[in-house]
Amino acid sequence: MVATTDTKKIVIEPVTRVEGHGKVTILLDENNEVQQARLHIVEFRGFERFIQGRPYWELPVIVQRLCGICPVSHHLCAAKAVDRLVGGENLTPTAEKMRRLMHYGQTFQSHVLHFFHLCSPDLLFGFDADPAIRNVFGIAAKFPELGKQAIFMRKFGQECIRVTAGKKIHGTGAIPGGINKNLTIEERDFLLKDMDQMMEWSRGAVKIAKDYTVENLEMAAGFGSFDSSHVGLVREDGALDLYNGGLRAIDKDGNTIFDHMDNQKYLDFIAEEVKPWSYMKFPFIKSIGPEDGWYRVGPLARINACDFIDTPEAEAARQEFAAVTNGKPNNITLAYHWARMIEVLHSAEKIQELLHDDDLQGEDLVVKGEPRREAVGILEAPRGTLFHHYKIDENDQVTMCNLIVSTTSNNMPMNMAVTGVAKKYLSGKKEITEGLLNHIEVAIRAYDPCLSCATHAMGQMPLKVKLVDCEGNVIDSRTKGASW
Amino acid sequence: MRTGTANILLIGYGNPGRLDDGLGPAFAEAVRAKMLPGVTIETNYQLNVEDAAMVAEHDVVVFADAHAACPDPFSYEKLMPRTEFAFSSHTIEPATLLAIARDVFDSPAQGYALGIRGHEFDEFGESISPQAGRNLDAAVRFIEPLLLVRDAAMFEAESVTRCVVKPTSMNGAEECKTESM
Repeated sequence: MVATTDTKKIVIEPVTRVEGHGKVTILLDENNEVQQARLHIVEFRGFERFIQGRPYWELPVIVQRLCGICPVSHHLCAAKAVDRLVGGENLTPTAEKMRRLMHYGQTFQSHVLHFFHLCSPDLLFGFDADPAIRNVFGIAAKFPELGKQAIFMRKFGQECIRVTAGKKIHGTGAIPGGINKNLTIEERDFLLKDMDQMMEWSRGAVKIAKDYTVENLEMAAGFGSFDSSHVGLVREDGALDLYNGGLRAIDKDGNTIFDHMDNQKYLDFIAEEVKPWSYMKFPFIKSIGPEDGWYRVGPLARINACDFIDTPEAEAARQEFAAVTNGKPNNITLAYHWARMIEVLHSAEKIQELLHDDDLQGEDLVVKGEPRREAVGILEAPRGTLFHHYKIDENDQVTMCNLIVSTTSNNMPMNMAVTGVAKKYLSGKKEITEGLLNHIEVAIRAYDPCLSCATHAMGQMPLKVKLVDCEGNVIDSRTKGASW
Repeated sequence: MRTGTANILLIGYGNPGRLDDGLGPAFAEAVRAKMLPGVTIETNYQLNVEDAAMVAEHDVVVFADAHAACPDPFSYEKLMPRTEFAFSSHTIEPATLLAIARDVFDSPAQGYALGIRGHEFDEFGESISPQAGRNLDAAVRFIEPLLLVRDAAMFEAESVTRCVVKPTSMNGAEECKTESM
């Protein structure tokens, strides 16, 4: 797309290579200076209402229908809440480790897909490279081994899910108070045969992301970056924990805002604000307030918030990551990619560790205890912290459901990033090229947003950018499916 | 291409929780039940990029999905690899998958789209509508001889024909007949 000096509002619709349907509008004044830029989420889902009246034991299976991208995250988060509803939150070792294997498999494949297939064309070819090559086919042509790696890594993660959940998508492994199967020796050996290769490729992925960030540090520091608070789950000893733990929030300097929050009382710590121009809510830390209480979640926030990582290679990578900002939280938006690849390595190490753990062949799969009528489940989905909150009645039917998904928590940060990039790269330009507009999308992609489950529609999930003049006329727009 | 010995992959995809959108998986399961040699059956909610590795291991790939607009009972066409890029991990088109298999794995796999006409998509439910069920049966009758013979050339030959439904029997059953276009 090309816009002239007469144009005043840019609309990118849909934003491409993200999960879901959204649009960006950029308002320019008469001098083509960016006045405002916003990411709008234009789907409305209604899942929280739809689920009312369903029996609680259906939740871990039914919530996966939120979308096909991170069904395992919804499956496990709902299962964690339902565990509490049946008094079975203290899982058996076999049940917890099977669920962890499923979860690390999900994180591994999700991060790999995002980095290699959706983002690496921007990083390896340049944000304004020819769009004809700035895609997965361009990667396959110029970096064929990388193309293969990405596919086999994604496949490996999916197989971890299949052997634990029963299916690659919308599995049924986690049940109230446990898991419905253990890992057979054949399944274990099937995964183990590729483990060394996955470790090697994971190390390589970290190196690509690290080298890119370090070599482009000055650009990255000024690319949609800003100070923010960070939120993520940590284990009791402060270690990164993607499956279980207490929520920790730190400010831009690393000071603790809250730590090991009681997950059942999350509403004492987190609230959500509604804005008229987006279907997506804006969560914030209550003690700070809606104006400044917004925060980031996801790989960058998690690596910033944790004290250490309990797997040696990922911990070494985390220390290198922290050294770039002298141990202070890293607030560079593009550093999400490096943090994400550290989590790929961590997930691979965890999978390897689990595959050598005999507990996975245990027979004790389910526990139950005193039932409850209300429960909250929280875990770290690939994109960030995920909250599931349910209430049930005496007939075991759901009467209330509240979901805060990771992309919702990153709503304000994504808007901050879009505004920052628009002001830096689009302001005063006489011609708005496709490459310039892709800069906006690069900033959004860093968050790996899943715009579909972040709203409260089944079906089409693409993103739009709009250019509007100072009289409100739409001058230009882009839509997914257009040749860009 | 090895005549009569083609390795065939049949992927049936769609959402069985959205009525006739489940036609693809239902078709794949119906074919699986026939236990045909040399035919690999897969089902899923959607196609994924890693499916390219599996596509690359086969000579012929049939992508079976519900179709919301073609004439009853189904459409069948040859796919050309397409690198026009419209891709998220939610959706990847069969032609794009063929292109990834070609470009990443040097795969010469031939791809065919079998679109089974569905009529009810708008509600939640795990059933197939009566007309879609008849279309499904017709599609199975159509594909079975191709899968039995496993001659890649036959898949291509059929792609230049079209399928029509004609009520033929006393009990109202419909018979699928292919005609040259």
